[in-house]
Amino acid sequence: MQNAIELQGLKKRLGNFVLGPIDLTVPRGCIVGYIGENGAGKSTTIKLLLNLMIPDQGEIKLLGKDIREFTPQMKKDIAYVFDDLYLPEDMTLKNVQNFHRKLYGQAWQDKTFSELIARFSLPNNKTIKHFSRGMRMQLGLALALSHGAKLLLLDEATSGLDPVIRDDVLDLLLEYIQNEDHTILVSSHILSDLEKVADYIAFIHKGQLLFMETKDELVDQYGITSLSKEQLAEIDDKAIVGKRPHQFGVEVMLKRSLVPSDLELERVSVEDIMVYMIKGERK
Amino acid sequence: MNIQIKNSSNDPIYLQIKNQIRDAILNGELEADELLPSIRFLAKELRVSVITTKRAYDELEKDGFIHSVHGKGSFVAPQNLDLMRERFLKKIESNITEILRYAKLADVSHDELIEMIKTLEDENAECN
Repeated sequence: MQNAIELQGLKKRLGNFVLGPIDLTVPRGCIVGYIGENGAGKSTTIKLLLNLMIPDQGEIKLLGKDIREFTPQMKKDIAYVFDDLYLPEDMTLKNVQNFHRKLYGQAWQDKTFSELIARFSLPNNKTIKHFSRGMRMQLGLALALSHGAKLLLLDEATSGLDPVIRDDVLDLLLEYIQNEDHTILVSSHILSDLEKVADYIAFIHKGQLLFMETKDELVDQYGITSLSKEQLAEIDDKAIVGKRPHQFGVEVMLKRSLVPSDLELERVSVEDIMVYMIKGERK
Repeated sequence: MNIQIKNSSNDPIYLQIKNQIRDAILNGELEADELLPSIRFLAKELRVSVITTKRAYDELEKDGFIHSVHGKGSFVAPQNLDLMRERFLKKIESNITEILRYAKLADVSHDELIEMIKTLEDENAECN
């Protein structure tokens, strides 16, 4: 089993919005950043992967197996963290733990869960209702990492969290991926710190997968610089990915291979690529 | 072993890792047959992607600095010092050719060149 996720011709219509057809292959043992604007289709894809929605067309294989043939046992190999907990609000940690112990049976790892709870210093005496946004996400992540799952799906899990908590999440994800049978797909409209460790970036726009590339090759392809309008006129049109003109000049993202090598370019972030590509398209 | 990733550097990250490990091997900080950290551990510690550290190791292996044993890890390859010296001499030669070309263009004499080398050497000695 080499691939953790295989999507073939995946299609889903929701009112006016159409996702796909999407073909996507995620090799085992890597971290994928699944990025795009709000409403691009990231969450729809994840819901389809989790069988929470039925596709109109196409095939979904997780860990080498068609999800329609998943047994309850195999479902425990998949873990997910959403932007919120979706558990009864009057549960305490003890209730949550007992509930998941029953839910996951043999697969449940009580020790791992207790360690993560201690690491996050989550309170034992409070009900979930009184948990902060960060605590809710930490609990969600602790639950996801406590049943021996091989594939971890995060849907906007770290959006709106403070940088210190995001940093803790990063550490946990890196520990998880030390096992090369483990795979992570992180969907987000802001990758920020997570982009450093992502092996691949998959970019979805208006329901279409624009590309999936290794992050290194992706960010090495482009560069950003500030130019005067006269300087911009001398640049090959094909080299311009996107630009932000202002009163005193223009900021442009360029393809490194199509501009003179003595032109000094700054390194780009994945977010830069997303912004310039989407805005470049609008013109 | 120390490895420092600098975002301000123009070198891609895999190359920064590769060069620093290579230097550690060449200056003897890493000895022959020493086990290197796994690509996943290195990626975790440096907070870079696994593909990045794997590329650094692949290139070190291609250049003969390390060798990988499946399931065991990557080890420092015994270095053939004569061969290494040969390679460095070649590098020096090609760089000198370049220098001579510029010297001719800028009309710099041999004596001036030698003087420049000496000055730079002294400066470097002070820095170290």
